[in-house]
Amino acid sequence: MLSPRETPKRKLRVATTSLSGCFGCHMSFLDMDEKLLELIELVEFDRSPLTDIKHCGTCDIGIIEGSVCNSENVHVLREFRRSCRTLISLGACAVNGGLPALRNELDVREVLREVYFEQPGVVSNTIPNDVELPLLLDKARPINEVVRVDYFIPGCPPSGDAIFKFLTDLIAGRTPRLDYQQMRFD
Amino acid sequence: MSLVHSSAGEVLEPILERYSRNPRHLMQILRETQERLDFIPAWAVDHLAEALALARTQVQAVIDFYAFFYGSPRGKYRVLFSDNVTDRMQGNTALLSRMLSKFGLAQGQVSGDGLVSIDTTSCTGMCDQGPALLVNSYPVTRLSSQRIDQICELIKGRTPLEEWPAEFFRVEDNIRYKGVLLSTEMVNGQALKRAVELGPQGMLAEMKVSNFRGRGGAGFTTGVKWEACRNASGETRYVICNADEGEPGTFKDRVLLASFSERVFEGMTIAGYVIGASKGLVYLRAEYRYMLEKLQAALEARRKANLLGKDILGQKGFDFDIEIHLGAGAYVCGEETALIESLEGKPGRPRIRPPFPVTHGYLGKPTVVNNVETLAKASLIAQNGGAWYRGLGTKLSTGTKLLSISGDCDRPGIYEYPFGVRIAQILEDCGARNAMAVQVGGAAGTCLAQHEFGRKIAFEDVSTSGALMVFGNNRDMFEVARNFMHFFKHESCGFCTPCRVGTTLMCNILDKIANGKGTAYEMNELSRLHQLLSTASHCGLGQSAGRPVNDTLQKFRPSYDRRLSQKDFEPAFDLDAALAPAREITERDDADAHLGTDL
Repeated sequence: MLSPRETPKRKLRVATTSLSGCFGCHMSFLDMDEKLLELIELVEFDRSPLTDIKHCGTCDIGIIEGSVCNSENVHVLREFRRSCRTLISLGACAVNGGLPALRNELDVREVLREVYFEQPGVVSNTIPNDVELPLLLDKARPINEVVRVDYFIPGCPPSGDAIFKFLTDLIAGRTPRLDYQQMRFD
Repeated sequence: MSLVHSSAGEVLEPILERYSRNPRHLMQILRETQERLDFIPAWAVDHLAEALALARTQVQAVIDFYAFFYGSPRGKYRVLFSDNVTDRMQGNTALLSRMLSKFGLAQGQVSGDGLVSIDTTSCTGMCDQGPALLVNSYPVTRLSSQRIDQICELIKGRTPLEEWPAEFFRVEDNIRYKGVLLSTEMVNGQALKRAVELGPQGMLAEMKVSNFRGRGGAGFTTGVKWEACRNASGETRYVICNADEGEPGTFKDRVLLASFSERVFEGMTIAGYVIGASKGLVYLRAEYRYMLEKLQAALEARRKANLLGKDILGQKGFDFDIEIHLGAGAYVCGEETALIESLEGKPGRPRIRPPFPVTHGYLGKPTVVNNVETLAKASLIAQNGGAWYRGLGTKLSTGTKLLSISGDCDRPGIYEYPFGVRIAQILEDCGARNAMAVQVGGAAGTCLAQHEFGRKIAFEDVSTSGALMVFGNNRDMFEVARNFMHFFKHESCGFCTPCRVGTTLMCNILDKIANGKGTAYEMNELSRLHQLLSTASHCGLGQSAGRPVNDTLQKFRPSYDRRLSQKDFEPAFDLDAALAPAREITERDDADAHLGTDL
């Protein structure tokens, strides 16, 4: 048993991914700059654009950017939920649906027809239907409508400082808390 | 275009003239416009905006804010079923379906010939004689299948409302138990005379001696409020009577206005005398539109008797008169600053307090806003004295309280009790034999379970604005809370995010639980959202919106638990069905074109 003074020495394993997002939250993650060096003392990365590992192994923390727009997003999200003890929703798209959810007022069939038949310069006469392609969901969803989510980091994107503060709180066993200055919505 | 302009002139000009082209009267101008035209067309918005020197968007904002203003045609007959939980218990859902199927309509749809539209509305204050509906703002009570069939025939025959059977529109007082307010004989003007004998300071002293607290719900000491307003700087002051009785399950003010309006008007005049106001305003909820003409006639009679107008009772310089303003279907306007905004002709969004209305109220002037019952009782205190009044009730809650009792009991109606009465006593009196729960104070109030029936109605124990809904052993308290939550979602004014988004999220979760897809996760979310709403909302609506859920979660937890899925989490929607439109357009049906339910 550890005494209350001690913290576990094992590095926590962290996976990150972007579903239907712009990778802006991941860019913001990199914006931690030199703090990444501090963070890397505490964590190691599993599946992430930083490692190029294709599938998520057993992890302590999973971080998801982007909303759920298609069947592949659902599979990836479910894999993260299965593999990660704590799942974090990162940024406006994952938290609320964000930009991809702007299509939610439209019928997805109309959207596809418009894109593949009606746009000027389009020469195809079919909507791509290869079995390799993930199908679109009728609506873009925030990730917490598809799986259980433990924490939310709002912002578009959340700042590198906010992500760092949130993760270091979590790792140290403090309930994560962002100050007003660390909230950024524009 | 010429047709449009001639009707604009014909219809709108007389209304504009009647209200002196004063933009402050925009609500009343829109109401009368709609009473003439059945809705408020775009050309009327243009005309009114120009005539009142308002931006078009300001007029449009008011139309959009209030549930009973329509910017597009809603049918010659606009039927709105009251949808309080008490109406539900009396079977309004089946009656609504019956009427919809008779006309082949969906809820909210307008019939192809523009004859009729059918929808639901928040509690109309007829809980003791429901189920009820409003047709073009007039209440029809005691609905039955037979009555619904008759109404359908009358509508199909395009029978004007005036020719419908008067019985349909009969509204009973149902006074079951009289305390001092309802049993004391009062002669018009007698209390006012007494107040004038005492003088403003003397009358104020009586109010303070009585330790009388406001009956709208918050329980602020009325004498202190009047004194603060009297001492506020400025020349012009106002008295406002809050008759926007929107709290589901409350109908005591309806009865006071129907049968004791003299006492209310007298109380307003006394308040005006004490604070030095020369104008009083009654804000009457749209659901009580049917009383308008009668109330106006009562005011006219008081003017003739020199109880209103100039030099009242021969007192040089004691001038006071009362105007009645109608609301247009917005619960939030029961909040006093939202009510003031509405009186000023704007959307009813609560103001930031302080400053309070006693210093910065109507048109920025010192204003006293009192509930109907408060004002009626002020006249009783004037007549019988503060010391007498103080002898009734409890030390901290003097006097009596009118309760509107509805739900599972033999004798629903109005009961006037001294403060300190126990719930069990009330239940015995109204004939509630198998009560499992009572909701005291309306949707925003407190839900009490059997083990709490020994508690007392008083500000220091269970405080209430006057509603008491009884739920029998066979009721489902989860569904009660869900009904209330949908009410709050509908009535949220949308100004602050915690309330606007929070009420919707709580409704979504309750609906998800109702569909058997809720889990322990959603139960935690409900508690978290209640916490957030109660601390971060701008006004009392959002602050109390989560209460029915929180109370029933604590006291009737099994009614939630039995609906929960044992899974870790389930989406509220079917993921595979969400792929169906894409499958259709790509003509795919392979294994990868489907999604299973497993994580």
